[in-house]
Amino acid sequence: MHEISLHILDLVENSTGAGANKVTVTLEEDSHHDELRLCITDNGRGMDAGLVAKVTDPFVTSRTTRKVGLGLPLMDMTTQLCGGYLRIDSAVGQGTKVEASWKMSHLDRPPLGNLVATVKAILVTNPELHFQYDHRVDDRSFTLDSGEIRAALGDLPLTQPDVLDWLDQYLKENLSILYGGKAK
Amino acid sequence: MKTVEDLKRLREQLQADNRIRHAAGTQIIVGMGTCGIAAGAREVLAAILDEIARLKIQDVNVTQTGCIGMCEQEVLVDVVKTDQPRISYGKVTADFVPTLISEHVINGRIVEERVIGKITK
Repeated sequence: MHEISLHILDLVENSTGAGANKVTVTLEEDSHHDELRLCITDNGRGMDAGLVAKVTDPFVTSRTTRKVGLGLPLMDMTTQLCGGYLRIDSAVGQGTKVEASWKMSHLDRPPLGNLVATVKAILVTNPELHFQYDHRVDDRSFTLDSGEIRAALGDLPLTQPDVLDWLDQYLKENLSILYGGKAK
Repeated sequence: MKTVEDLKRLREQLQADNRIRHAAGTQIIVGMGTCGIAAGAREVLAAILDEIARLKIQDVNVTQTGCIGMCEQEVLVDVVKTDQPRISYGKVTADFVPTLISEHVINGRIVEERVIGKITK
């Protein structure tokens, strides 16, 4: 798991696995404070205090198919290596909030990686999920709301070939603008 | 510059041309647990979506599943065609996706040497 965007995909899958139908991902690249912050909130079933305390231990998992969970422990490790932190705020029936931070310029900070592929994967494989993606790079921002896309689509599936082309270009263009590129 | 407005126009255009298919002929399921993601599931899914867009395949439904306990075989991709058994492919890479799509999804020929399981309903 060498990209932060892969952690995002993994954590959103955790959220939907916990029954969430609404997930918000906020990614903030703050060069002024040399900090990269990630926050994922969901309305899933949440965890009790005992599980929250143990969830960064690789030998704890809620899954039943095997006894080792690696998603959160791996992210906990990279944040600690990079002068950051991982915080988990959750309660049974109250959803879960995962906040992570890395020192942006730290040599060991994982790259953000392919955010376009991550957002596409989340949208396509979770058609019922209300997903919001909020990405800020200093004073610029891009927000994607799956509800808005769904309203425009009507009954057209996201996997319709022309829609996939649109989604790919829409994400690439907006992320490019976020990093200072020009609108086409 | 693409906007959500373009998407609305695209839908109207497709509706006017009567080109919207609703019945999915093939379901593709990608293993997206932590093990699948770590093994490259996102790249496999991206390759599948690229092929659907490139070949203009209209009747495919793509979904995901979590860890099913065969982590060593990830990335796992299942293909289910109407009235046929569910076929599981193991250790799928993005390189194999074009073959998988053209052989199995389009032409209905199972790529036997890459199959790790069959589930008959």
